[in-house]
Amino acid sequence: MKISKSPWLLHYDASSCNGCDIEVLAATTPVYDIERFGIINTGNPKHADILVITGGVNAQNATVVKQIYSQMPDPKVVVAAGICACDGGIFKDCYNILGGTDTVIPVDVYVPGCAVRPEALIDGISKAIAMLDEKKQAAIEHASCQIHYEDKED
Amino acid sequence: MVPGLLFLIFFPFLMAVLTYYTKDERKRTALVIGGSIVIMAVDIIFVAGCYKQGTSDFPLTFVYRAHLADFFIMLCEVFLVGVVSYLSVKYKKYYCILLSLIGTVPVLVLDISKMISGSVPESEHILIDNITLIMCVIIGVVGGIICIYATGYLHDYHEHHTDVENRAPYFQALLFVFIGAMFGLVTSDNLSWIFFFWEITSVTSFLLIGYPRSEESVTNSFRALWMNLLGGCGFTFTILFCWYMYESENLSELLELGADMPGIIIPVVLLSFAALTKSAQMPFSRWLLGAMVAPTPSSALLHSATMVKAGVYLLIRLSPLMDGNLSGIMITTIGGFTFFASSLLAISVSDGKKVLAYSTISNLGLITACAGVGHTEAVWAAVMLLIFHAVSKSLMFLAVGAVENSTGSRDIEDMHGLIIKLPKLAFVMIVGICGMFLAPFGMLVAKWAALKAYLDSNNILLVVFLVFGSATTLFYWGKWLGKLFAYMHQSERLRGNVHKSEWGAIYPLTGLVIALCVLFPVVGRCLIQPELAYMFGEEIGAVINADDIRIMFMMLMMIAILPVMTWILSRRNREKMTMAYMAGVNAGDDRHYIDSFGGVRPLYLSNWYMDYFFGEGKILKPSLFIAAVFLVSIMILSIGGAL
Amino acid sequence: MSFQQVIYPSLAFILLAPVVGLVFSGYDRVLSSRMQGRQGPPFLQPLYDIVKLFNKEATVVNRVQTAMVIAFLIFSVFTGCIFFVGSDLLLVFFALTLAEVFLMLAACSTNSPYSSMGSQRELLSIMAYEPMTLLTAIGFYMISGSFNVSEIINRDVPAIVELPGMFAGFVFILIIKFRKSPFDLSTSHHAHQEMVKGVTQDISGNVLGIMELAELYETVLMMAIVALFFITKNPFSYVWAVLACFIVYFILILIDNVFPRVKWEKMLLVTWGVTFALGGANLLILDMIKIAEGW
Repeated sequence: MKISKSPWLLHYDASSCNGCDIEVLAATTPVYDIERFGIINTGNPKHADILVITGGVNAQNATVVKQIYSQMPDPKVVVAAGICACDGGIFKDCYNILGGTDTVIPVDVYVPGCAVRPEALIDGISKAIAMLDEKKQAAIEHASCQIHYEDKED
Repeated sequence: MVPGLLFLIFFPFLMAVLTYYTKDERKRTALVIGGSIVIMAVDIIFVAGCYKQGTSDFPLTFVYRAHLADFFIMLCEVFLVGVVSYLSVKYKKYYCILLSLIGTVPVLVLDISKMISGSVPESEHILIDNITLIMCVIIGVVGGIICIYATGYLHDYHEHHTDVENRAPYFQALLFVFIGAMFGLVTSDNLSWIFFFWEITSVTSFLLIGYPRSEESVTNSFRALWMNLLGGCGFTFTILFCWYMYESENLSELLELGADMPGIIIPVVLLSFAALTKSAQMPFSRWLLGAMVAPTPSSALLHSATMVKAGVYLLIRLSPLMDGNLSGIMITTIGGFTFFASSLLAISVSDGKKVLAYSTISNLGLITACAGVGHTEAVWAAVMLLIFHAVSKSLMFLAVGAVENSTGSRDIEDMHGLIIKLPKLAFVMIVGICGMFLAPFGMLVAKWAALKAYLDSNNILLVVFLVFGSATTLFYWGKWLGKLFAYMHQSERLRGNVHKSEWGAIYPLTGLVIALCVLFPVVGRCLIQPELAYMFGEEIGAVINADDIRIMFMMLMMIAILPVMTWILSRRNREKMTMAYMAGVNAGDDRHYIDSFGGVRPLYLSNWYMDYFFGEGKILKPSLFIAAVFLVSIMILSIGGAL
Repeated sequence: MSFQQVIYPSLAFILLAPVVGLVFSGYDRVLSSRMQGRQGPPFLQPLYDIVKLFNKEATVVNRVQTAMVIAFLIFSVFTGCIFFVGSDLLLVFFALTLAEVFLMLAACSTNSPYSSMGSQRELLSIMAYEPMTLLTAIGFYMISGSFNVSEIINRDVPAIVELPGMFAGFVFILIIKFRKSPFDLSTSHHAHQEMVKGVTQDISGNVLGIMELAELYETVLMMAIVALFFITKNPFSYVWAVLACFIVYFILILIDNVFPRVKWEKMLLVTWGVTFALGGANLLILDMIKIAEGW
């Protein structure tokens, strides 16, 4: 069975103006209802498969983003939601902003918009869900390659 | 048998004298260890011999026209009054003299008048049956182990507490005095003799609590003294009453009179009163908490394993007389209430020894309640509880003492991550704690039997106390267990400052707890059931049926092979180690976090004490008040009703 | 008790309980979203969740944690087996407590703030519901004269007739047991809590899968105890029992969606109050009837 049937989500607000955050929450409301895809907003990196980041990463929370990312179990994907998360947006030149999410962790899906529309977000997340399966498959292949390799060594 | 018994009573006294006068520490240690081993060995041989001889014809009794012994005991009683009076005058607590005199003088006068008139009946002064044997094993084995432990413990104690004068010989001598007195107490059948040994234990407890000689310890020791002397007064009046009303001076004769004898409720109530003070039941519970200022060996021996058991031992003896009358109601209600209230109180306490003290009071309450029900099943549960509690609780005390000597604190909060810091001691504590409240282990089995017994005797109030009390018990033990299990990375193993003698005490005791968990059905069948058959004159079957015992064995097995199962199930698992989640600001070692100014701060994880909800300030006084009012009114009612 | 009598029910429980548990949680997910006016996930969503969890790697804080979670699973299963072979009901509750303590120790062992908080609250929850579970067992004993499940179901009248208070009290504590909303103190299925995920905070991946599996077994066990109130000698009573289970579960979901979470003081006082008022009163009445019959 595919892992993508049950993607659990962690939403992190890096230094967003809260516009995108409200849209992320809107996506979980009855109107947009992302739970119909089995998505749960867990709030806990150790349970999450998808990390949704809003806002540009700043000097203070760069370590936090890295730490949260490191605590997520594999396979995992990162969605940068909103233009600020994609490349820093209008805050790009601020003294404290490092830039988009990809300045600290690898990003799989970029969803631009100011603020990001829930429809766009859902679209992005469903792309991310597809990537989860790919990553799992890749991990399995990688593992089997390694075993193969080890066999040859013997 | 008689020489064995005499040896068990007198040898500890001899040891006490020898220990007291051996000032060289190494020689004294050798002496104490040797003496303790002798006591344990003789004790076991004695018990085995009695058991072998007695299986057909319990109780074993011995006829004594013991004038000489009676005279000697009278002298000793005068000496005890002298000791109490001297110390009371010294610390200006004159009321203790009064209580001591009220307790002792009437008995002396009675004994003298008996001697002069020559009307001493020939009766058995010594009675040995299975309960006595069980108590003897507990006293001898646990007592011996604790005496050995004390040698190493006191050495460290005086290194940490430089303000306390080193009187180790005195302390060890008192422990031996106490062991001798306890042997006397449980084997005597003559009420005056029991009373005499009873008073010795009160006074040794008083002296041991006062050992640190700090202001707090003096206050607490006098509190313990006056409460125990007050209980002793109950004993005195029983002796007088029994002599003048029934011309009997033996406990077993009192029991033979049966519950229908008019006026019998008076001695029963008075003796129960004495037992309640000794077992620190609710209006008198404060002395046991105060007793925790004493060095740990005395807490382990007197204030959990043996002396406080003297009270419930007496109640168990009396239980056939308490079925269905006011004294039974008094004992069950006080016991049940104490069980519940003190387990609530234990929630808000973080001092390890204090938690143990509350737990002791609470468990004694349960035993008391079982004894008061006066049914065979309940008494089965009471004896079982008594055995399990004595062993596991003294183990807990010894472990806490060893931790205190190693880390300098006995606070439960400071035991955080003990499983890494002091793994061996943590393991011992885990065994002790699991033995106190978890399913396949000792105490819970007994609690289960108690519950069945309460139900079968239609005691709804007790059932309610028991179910709520079990829940609160679970909470405070669970918290403690959780603290031990906290697995802290990068924390170093402490160099445990635990002497060989202390390990020599802790390991056998741990083994004993585990063995008891496995062997309890045997204990029940071979020791307790024959005893009940003779006490109540009816045969009883197994209290817990074989199927349930089998299931519990399976649970024990499963816990034993848990490490293996874990290994099998998680073998193929590729686990990734990460830091604990702290909202992304873990500083990297699970023990610090980065605050909003970028600084690194230590993290402190505390247990939940709910002081404003369950605190001593809130619950203690009302509970004591309720218990006191209840006790006094029932006593007045029953005594007044009988007169 | 013969070997077959033990092994068949146990095997049936071990194999079927997850399926039944998944039916209940699927029912929960679908109904909850309908109550909130959403379409919600498919009925099989809980299955997808568990399969996914077992397909993920586990990130652990230490090894003790994994061991304790496995112990939680083993003892949850074992508890259920004790029940379904028809053994002692009190022993079932004692074993269940042991399982819960293992879960709590798993959380404690992580040495992390949210887990620790969750574990303390978990203990508090156990303290809140434990008296009622024991009273329920006692109630069954009072009416059937035995703690054995096999004898409790072997009666002519359903137990609910004599134990209405116990039943109401037991359903009440199921709210805590299933961590439903007014009393979901130790962990919750919903995000944005002050203790994040509480007890399960640092359990992840396939270890979390093990834990969820154990919870399925517990759900089935709890619902089986609800069914115990309805089962009699008459085989037809099993239909009523199943129906009752679904109705009770529906009520629990409704409560979950209607009430906001309360503070611990309130939970403890209300639960103990309910236990005392419903369970205690029921017990007292039974006792009086027993005494009256004795005359």
